[in-house]
Amino acid sequence: MTTLPPLIELRNITYSYPGRTTPILEEVNFSICDERIGLIGPNGCGKTTLFQIIMGLLTPDRGEVLLEGMVMAGEKDFRILRRKLGFLFQNSDDQLFSPTVLEDVAFGPLNLGSTAEEAREISGRTLEGLGLKGFEDRITHRLSGGEKKLVALATILSMQPHLLLLDEPSNNLDPETRERLIAILRGLNQAHIIISHDLDFLASTCSHLYTIDKRRLIPCKEKQIHSHDHIHPYGDHPHQHGT
Amino acid sequence: MIEEPFATGTTLFHSRDARVKLIPAVAITLILALTSSFLVAGTGCILTGLLLILSRPSPRLILRRICRVNIFTLFLWLTLPLTYGGDTILPFLFLDLSLDGIRMATLITLKTNGILFSFLALLATSTLASLGHGLEKLGMPRKLTFLLLFSYRQLFVIHQEYLRLQRAARLRGFIPANSLHTYRTYSHLFAMTLVKSWNRAERVHQAMVLRGFNGTLIPLNQPQLSKNDYLFLTTILLISFFLATIPFFC
Repeated sequence: MTTLPPLIELRNITYSYPGRTTPILEEVNFSICDERIGLIGPNGCGKTTLFQIIMGLLTPDRGEVLLEGMVMAGEKDFRILRRKLGFLFQNSDDQLFSPTVLEDVAFGPLNLGSTAEEAREISGRTLEGLGLKGFEDRITHRLSGGEKKLVALATILSMQPHLLLLDEPSNNLDPETRERLIAILRGLNQAHIIISHDLDFLASTCSHLYTIDKRRLIPCKEKQIHSHDHIHPYGDHPHQHGT
Repeated sequence: MIEEPFATGTTLFHSRDARVKLIPAVAITLILALTSSFLVAGTGCILTGLLLILSRPSPRLILRRICRVNIFTLFLWLTLPLTYGGDTILPFLFLDLSLDGIRMATLITLKTNGILFSFLALLATSTLASLGHGLEKLGMPRKLTFLLLFSYRQLFVIHQEYLRLQRAARLRGFIPANSLHTYRTYSHLFAMTLVKSWNRAERVHQAMVLRGFNGTLIPLNQPQLSKNDYLFLTTILLISFFLATIPFFC
């Protein structure tokens, strides 16, 4: 029996930002098939950089990104990769650029070759699946923060990716929208990697936890992901917990 | 900053396709801009005024907007009658108050307001997004359409970024005054706004590339024109035709 190559594999990735002497990521090795992975770590440790390398937005100094066993060399290869991976930005305002919600959600499918009717249909279905029915003609920049986040997620899901890269998706969401997002993510059948500082959020959505320590990506073995009830003042308001 | 207070509503103007509003708006504008006849300008102003009333805008907002535009015509009224030359009615200090000048100022005021009314009735009742798509459907190059739509979209973001910076400055006790400190602060604010907008533009481009964008934008189809749209187009075009032919009857 031959085993399928992992969906995404990183081999010996080293990356340094221009003008810095020490690399931000060094000899990173990682692979993902269909797992749900959480990624935690202090600010500026290279989590978002890692996502950008996977998507081909940044070119590593050394190392390779592989999609289903194929080495991605150059923009042309990454175009194929981007069809299969969805990247949710930290700031939804950067992600929503079309005037109306429907146009934004249909942008991806249209680029992937769908006809206008198909794109409309896919977008309608995606929005409905996220509980955003009736949002089609809303103006994107007039949505609330939570709505923007969900619409941004819809713009990615409409491309039917195999893997989702979510950069701090629960940031600045009210408890209700946060719960809604958790329910949505649990209901999706894609693999995902979620960057977050919100341990409870990761505990509800991920099965494995990784962190970046001393420029390397390592699984958190010593910290088991778990959830427990706890109490503190104003606990019903949005808050984060230390890692 | 760029709000669209008149774009939402339920009148027959709001439910029309942008295309059938763009064509007559251009026609009326051309007729009024090119005419030198008082009758055409006056009738045009009245007819477009009626259209504006039919589109039922909020009276307070619409008056404010009309007043703002007429600040420019006010300047014409202050200068033209005194400097135009021609028939003099009465001498005014060392200048002469000229009848031709008053005529010219009246004509320009009528033309300006006629065009303004037609734009407020026809174009302000659509969102800029649908106007952009309408323009594209009418054959405007796609790149220009998207330039328009993207500028519009990004202006909001840039403005919000500027407001955020301005708020941050004010919260730390900044009070604008006529001082070098003020000018320096403002230049920093503008510079930071530019830098931030540039960075944001880059991230938006990344977002587009990630979703398969490779230089060509594919539009979603617009709904077809309805019978009412055609009826509307014909009516307004007939009004424009009437305006354009007035000089031949008189």
